[in-house]
Amino acid sequence: MLRPALVAAALAAACPAHAGADLDALRAEIQQMKADYEARIQALEERLKRAETATDAATRNADVIAAAPTANAATAFNPEISLILDGRYARQADIAARRITGFLPDGSGAGTTRGFLADDSELVFAANIDPYFRGYFNAVLNDGVVGVEEAWFQTLALGSGLTLKGGRFRSGIGYQNEQHPHAWDFATNNLMYEALFGEGYGNDGLQLKWVAPTERFTELGAEIGRGAGFPGTDRNRNGIGSYALYGHVGDDVGDSHSWRAGLSYLRTRANDRAGVLGDFAGNDVNTAFSGKTGTWLADFVWKWAPLGNPTVNNFKFAAEVFRRRETGDLLCDGAGSLCAGGVTDAYRATQYGGYAQAVYQFMPRWRTGYRYERLGTQSLDFGANDANLPRPDFHPTRHALMVDYSPSEFSRLRLQYSRDRAMAEQDDNQWVVQYIFSLGSHGAHAF
Amino acid sequence: MKTLRWILALFATLPALAHAALDVFACEPEWGALAAELGGNAVKVYTATTAFQDPHRIEARPSLIAQMRRAQLVVCTGAELEVGWLPVLLRQSGNAAVQPGQPGYFEAANFVTLLEKPAVLDRSQGDVHPAGNPHIQTDPRNIARVAQALAARLAEIDPAQAATYAARLQDFDSRWRAALARWQAAAAPLRGMPIVVQHLAFPYLENWLGLKRVGVLEPKPGVEPSVSHLADLAARLKTTPAKAIVRAAYQNPRPTAWLAAQTGIPAVVLPFTVGGSERARDLFGLFDDTVEALLRVAR
Repeated sequence: MLRPALVAAALAAACPAHAGADLDALRAEIQQMKADYEARIQALEERLKRAETATDAATRNADVIAAAPTANAATAFNPEISLILDGRYARQADIAARRITGFLPDGSGAGTTRGFLADDSELVFAANIDPYFRGYFNAVLNDGVVGVEEAWFQTLALGSGLTLKGGRFRSGIGYQNEQHPHAWDFATNNLMYEALFGEGYGNDGLQLKWVAPTERFTELGAEIGRGAGFPGTDRNRNGIGSYALYGHVGDDVGDSHSWRAGLSYLRTRANDRAGVLGDFAGNDVNTAFSGKTGTWLADFVWKWAPLGNPTVNNFKFAAEVFRRRETGDLLCDGAGSLCAGGVTDAYRATQYGGYAQAVYQFMPRWRTGYRYERLGTQSLDFGANDANLPRPDFHPTRHALMVDYSPSEFSRLRLQYSRDRAMAEQDDNQWVVQYIFSLGSHGAHAF
Repeated sequence: MKTLRWILALFATLPALAHAALDVFACEPEWGALAAELGGNAVKVYTATTAFQDPHRIEARPSLIAQMRRAQLVVCTGAELEVGWLPVLLRQSGNAAVQPGQPGYFEAANFVTLLEKPAVLDRSQGDVHPAGNPHIQTDPRNIARVAQALAARLAEIDPAQAATYAARLQDFDSRWRAALARWQAAAAPLRGMPIVVQHLAFPYLENWLGLKRVGVLEPKPGVEPSVSHLADLAARLKTTPAKAIVRAAYQNPRPTAWLAAQTGIPAVVLPFTVGGSERARDLFGLFDDTVEALLRVAR
């Protein structure tokens, strides 16, 4: 604002002293300009002051300033979309069909691919449908295969601590079961879940959960469904194929510790559930199990973060154990094998196992973890097939050690070493380098 | 059978609970303190986080779900500050009264003007909040605005106590106004003071006191400061010096300590919210301490 005055002053300074009359005129002009500007500045300042008091009064009087809508296009109502990219390099022994010795297989043959591999990509859509329901869709994409992992609705307005979920969903049993592979703390699944469900137990059906109005977290859940997933099979019936019951309790201990514990029971039935086993002579035989399976799971999770702030350091311990009882008939068949022609007889098995894992974030972005997995057989009775099928006295075990690095919460790189003794005849040292990237809006993870 | 009897007993006690204090679930300590100021004995406040926790990164712990289940009013910042954990709590609680859109769900950010609304939404920019910077509680004028709206909401949910809330609001507002004048007078020397911040946690404080932010320790919002970025910043601070390196109580002390040692600029820990320092026991203490901590380095 003072620039014209400065220019004038500079001009005056540049002029020699003999221009006296001119100088006086110039001075008068500068005085005039100064007065002019000062008046204008004063006027502006007054206006500013008035405006400030006005806005102050306005904000004081306004009870509510409505938030401006952040988007007004039709896209504003698009669901939350996220895509998970998962890939790995795996180095392990060449085993055509990995089986867990002593356990009837689920037939998924997971973890057999060696070398570089772009794993399943997960595509997730989720949104509140209306004030009453939320919808969620999760598809797994790979070469020529699209699998619908989850597709469900959930009530939002039932109240009284009740939530009803319907459609295809991951069962609420255990701890890890509801987690998708990208949320696992290790690159591979644990032996317990591999033996019980292949990956995790999903179902088409209904789930009712109730959170008790207590200080301590108490949650009860019940599920009924089609029961087509391993260890059950699709049985083409009108009725209920499987059911699950579970309860969880949890709380904090001080500011730094929190825990959750649970007990679950899953009941399924199978009709001609196909599997492949080895007979005494080492031949592959086809088996078909028809009967019922009852599985008890107990889970415990404990998390620590100094003063409840996990940003720099945090620790997580999780352990689950199970006991599974299967009773029914087992058909053993295979040309050239000991059960050639087909032998069917009673099958009874009581098996148990579990895993325990600890993951520690030792500095921002970096975590390391160790997991121990172990399975066992309490009793195994093939009936007449005891003559054909071996009943090994063997405990499948696996140790896994991992380090991961997460530049942000949307990216993770992981190195894992596993010492695998799931098969009696073969030990395996496995190395995995894995990446997990999460694109788009990625919802929060549960505890 | 035992469980059934227990459930029946619970239902029998429900009418008794109806006359009890209003259960308020506050996401952050500042809103818990404000609800207590406005509600007094008429409310029972549970504060989900402490001043030493990063409100962006909270585990959706079972204890929080249990509290959410019992809440009649949820008071949070909003503007996606709690996006990583609040939706899980809301969905798992099975509490219809506090779902977004219900009177029982209150977002403070809806009642103030948000700053630093990003022009470009891209994750390469770090942990950006589309609606604007959510750390609104560092400006006491925002607290006054939210207080008006929160008192109205309390009265809406609990009409029986409406007179209490109105009277307490009036009392709080007059005390707050007096304190505000005091803080503003005291903080006059802070106008134009250059500062460096660890996280973009203080734009509202900067705006209120006229502080000048000349650098940020986090290379991108929510991304931990890297050594190379800190070294760049230290070099830059030699030519454009700052008076203080400011971090919130919950933040990792190491980056600020390192930069302070490198540049000789004092590190200042601000309470950021109620409970963040010895003196910040309530909302008044929060700003008493904030202003004083800054004045100490300004002299």
